Amino acid sequence: MPERVSQLVTTVVAGLLATACASHPAAGDNLPADNLPSDQDFGLIERGRYLTTVADCVACHTDPDSNALFAGGQPIETPFGKVVSANITPDLETGIGSWTDAQFDAAVRQGRDNEGARLYPAMPFPYYARMTAEDVHAIRAYLKTIPPVHHPVKSNQLRFPFDIRAGMALWDALYFEPGTFKPDPKKPAQWNRGAYLVLGPGHCGACHTPKNVLGADRKHQALQGYNVQGWFAPNITDDLARGLGRWSVADVITYLKNGHNRFVGASGPMAEEIANSSSRMSDADLEAIAVYLKDQPGATVSTKALAASDPQMVAGAAIYRDLCSACHAQDGSGVDYLVPNIALSSSVSSREPTSLLRVVIHGAETVATQKEPTAPAMPAFGWQLTDAQIAAVITFVRNSWGHAAPALSASDVHKMRPLASEGG
Amino acid sequence: MARKLPPRDVAIVGLGWTGSILANELTDAGLNVVAIERGPWRDTATEYAPNYAQDELRYRIRHELFLRPSQTTFTFRNRQSDTALPIRTWGAFMPPNGVGGGGLHWNAETWRFLPSDFVLRSHLTQRYGARFLPSDMTIQDWGVTYADLEPHYDRFEYLCGTCGTAGNLQGQIQEGGNPFEGPRSRPYPNPAQQQPFGPMLFAKAARELGYKPFPQPSGNMSQAYRNPLGVRLGPCTYCGFCEWFACANYSKASPQTTVLPVLMPKGNFQLRDNSEVTRINLDPSGKRATGVTFVDTSGMEWEQPAELVILAAYTIFNLQLLLLSRVGRPYDPQSNQGVIGRNFTHQTISDCISFFDPTKFVFNPFINSGAIGMCVDEFNGDNFDHGPHGFVGGGYMGQVQTNGRPIETTPVPPETPRWGAEWKRAVRDNYQSTLKPGTGVHGSMYSYRDVYVDLDPTYRDRLGRPLARITMDFHENELKQNRFLTDKFAEIFYTAGAQRVVKEYRKGPYDITKYQTTHLCGGAIMGSDPKTSALNRYLQSWDVPNLFVMGATAFPQNAGYNPTGTVGALAYWSAAAIRSLYLKNPGPLVHA
Repeated sequence: MPERVSQLVTTVVAGLLATACASHPAAGDNLPADNLPSDQDFGLIERGRYLTTVADCVACHTDPDSNALFAGGQPIETPFGKVVSANITPDLETGIGSWTDAQFDAAVRQGRDNEGARLYPAMPFPYYARMTAEDVHAIRAYLKTIPPVHHPVKSNQLRFPFDIRAGMALWDALYFEPGTFKPDPKKPAQWNRGAYLVLGPGHCGACHTPKNVLGADRKHQALQGYNVQGWFAPNITDDLARGLGRWSVADVITYLKNGHNRFVGASGPMAEEIANSSSRMSDADLEAIAVYLKDQPGATVSTKALAASDPQMVAGAAIYRDLCSACHAQDGSGVDYLVPNIALSSSVSSREPTSLLRVVIHGAETVATQKEPTAPAMPAFGWQLTDAQIAAVITFVRNSWGHAAPALSASDVHKMRPLASEGG
Repeated sequence: MARKLPPRDVAIVGLGWTGSILANELTDAGLNVVAIERGPWRDTATEYAPNYAQDELRYRIRHELFLRPSQTTFTFRNRQSDTALPIRTWGAFMPPNGVGGGGLHWNAETWRFLPSDFVLRSHLTQRYGARFLPSDMTIQDWGVTYADLEPHYDRFEYLCGTCGTAGNLQGQIQEGGNPFEGPRSRPYPNPAQQQPFGPMLFAKAARELGYKPFPQPSGNMSQAYRNPLGVRLGPCTYCGFCEWFACANYSKASPQTTVLPVLMPKGNFQLRDNSEVTRINLDPSGKRATGVTFVDTSGMEWEQPAELVILAAYTIFNLQLLLLSRVGRPYDPQSNQGVIGRNFTHQTISDCISFFDPTKFVFNPFINSGAIGMCVDEFNGDNFDHGPHGFVGGGYMGQVQTNGRPIETTPVPPETPRWGAEWKRAVRDNYQSTLKPGTGVHGSMYSYRDVYVDLDPTYRDRLGRPLARITMDFHENELKQNRFLTDKFAEIFYTAGAQRVVKEYRKGPYDITKYQTTHLCGGAIMGSDPKTSALNRYLQSWDVPNLFVMGATAFPQNAGYNPTGTVGALAYWSAAAIRSLYLKNPGPLVHA
């Protein structure tokens, strides 16, 4: 009973304090730091809205099953278990309405919550750290304008010992590099803008950069592709065989804007990213991103394609002709903007075949955007083909039309069946 | 007691071709639209994926995509003196079900009607005199002309990406197209499909006989296409699984491949699938619709209030709803009074099976699409002098074989045993060297006083509602027309080198058990006189001005073409009238 009383007292006091803060902000608490513009300023709020889109905050902080924008509650997969996204609406009790701007900035750029505890890197603060104080302030100003939603969220649902946040101190010490983005004076402004977006708010590396066992970026392999959520986020460097080497700057822009270009259509987590974020970005920013990505050197490993006479290749070719060629065409060229060109698509020969296995076994719908509303889908073949047959047809595709990749075995396929079915 | 839902601006009954077009047009106009569809949601990759869509047993024989008669059906009789019986398995036509409606499993034969078809009674009377027409023939002018509809035909064709060769561009006759067609404002959006050997051979023979063959206009894509709404279709793979099937390759125009990707995400559109509308609700005056009532799969009854109600279901179900809701006066064949149920028509089709020398001809009939083939139009509508022949009407004819599917494509000479080793041998010998179009002779069916729809006095559906009753038989005019056309058709195959042509004339009585086409037309027809038509020229009910009725239900009689092109054009025509006239001043658009 005394405990309940004390809880009640705390809640009431907190409530009173919160109310007091809302009506009479304590001096210094919510005042713009350094000469930042007032957070009532339309220009600032609009810039914040745009940056919130670029940073794709909605992807994690809105539960897709609810209409409560930014109210959190969505579980995020990490190598250590699930972290549930926080409520970032201005609700005083369950959101971030009672946070100071400085606390908000610390959360976004240093990975600390309002009590100074360390956040898990499911929140991509190692990337957001590159953002400028002005941009974070703009996001804060925008988030203050959205409707508050009362929605308590218990973020930390990790198993012992990962549930001990203090462990993050070690992680931060090892891997977290604070500091805003430093433009490269030798590069043009557009390149630097692209670098800022990719490395900072866009946090492309969160999915596309390989990670070590503790979930930190392998910096020397930046943007060279990584398995995430049962998909392989492909290599997005200028690597010819596995990256964007064949794509022009215009191809990159079209893909990010419309979700489809002459090579591929986006599905899986990238479909969500395009729908929520890049399709809503300005053409100038998309071009800057494209210019930067096209300037990232790949690390092509020369692999020799399997011989067409290899028995697995022969079987794969026959399956391809029977089941795949009606849409993808005998030469793999597909149909522009409708059926991926798997002859020229580098994601076909990506380092890990995860995405290919997934779409063949379980099928996938591509993203619908305003410019490309069709959203064609790849049907599932997992019910129809055995593990060995799927291994053969994927091996064939990954070793045809100039692609080269190691052969897959039936057990490689078998492993993906349950994984893909439980993923999003 | 029905639960009442929040009101909407528009309630659309059925989400097939016309429902999708109207929903898209009216949401574009800013209205809040709900579509209520009896059947399920249907989607390419999950409902008819390419790795199982081509399943003749599942889709053709077992009717996967169609309405189940246990959900609702109709009764049929040939003559008023017969007792109608309920249909328990589909035969002469296939009632669609589910999102996309018949637009999902059609062949995609996308025709325009002839200019004279729209002014049929005045045209024929002027040319041949009123006494040339049978006294019980009730054909009418449509109240709308080809010129009125041309821009709307154009919109539908560009929506669908229709493939074809224009025969008449702004009055200039074009080589390779249909010289009889009405003038088009611009060419088809896509070139005609590549033709297989059979149609090319047919076209060569037709030219030798002095005809002008042309490719059938098709909604099966000859090349990749992006329509004006930004939706994309892929090139057809000529798999031969169109009619009765949904296209797995995004290659056949359907609501799914042309409109729904744009319609479904709209904030002012809502779809309720698996929900069957049971009646149109009228206010006490009977002159105004207040919305519709529907039941869901739990049997729960809901009322959907709406300012505007659009019937966009299949012909027979539009009619059933009108009759059950007491909109307009039911047609009485005795007194020839009343408008709901009159001028009900179907199609008059027949075929020829042409056997060629197996040592010389290999047709590969499995290389096909739903609307592929070469046609001639010399004997359609009033393209020829009917004076010497003693009938009116006609149809296109063509080598439009749509498939070589294994279960049904077993062409054998008539004297072959029906089963056993000899039958198998005959199938083997003839499969590759026989031409058998789907609907080779595609004749008109004109309307008659004793062909109509009313409510059945005996049989009811699972909800206790009387079933619609069809009274239909062929009349001598149509049978004569068919004999004439079928003979002309056979002559072309003989000229092409057939050793033997088996003519399958259409004979009476009308047989409800054998598939003909799904082109049921009429029953709530458009026209200029409220005494003989249910709808005005904008498809607006004369009796209930905030009710519009889409589809072939409005055809006063059926022409010698597949109806969908005209159904699509009328939908756009009506939508344009609602947007530009009705919304500004809701009320009757025509005062008669």
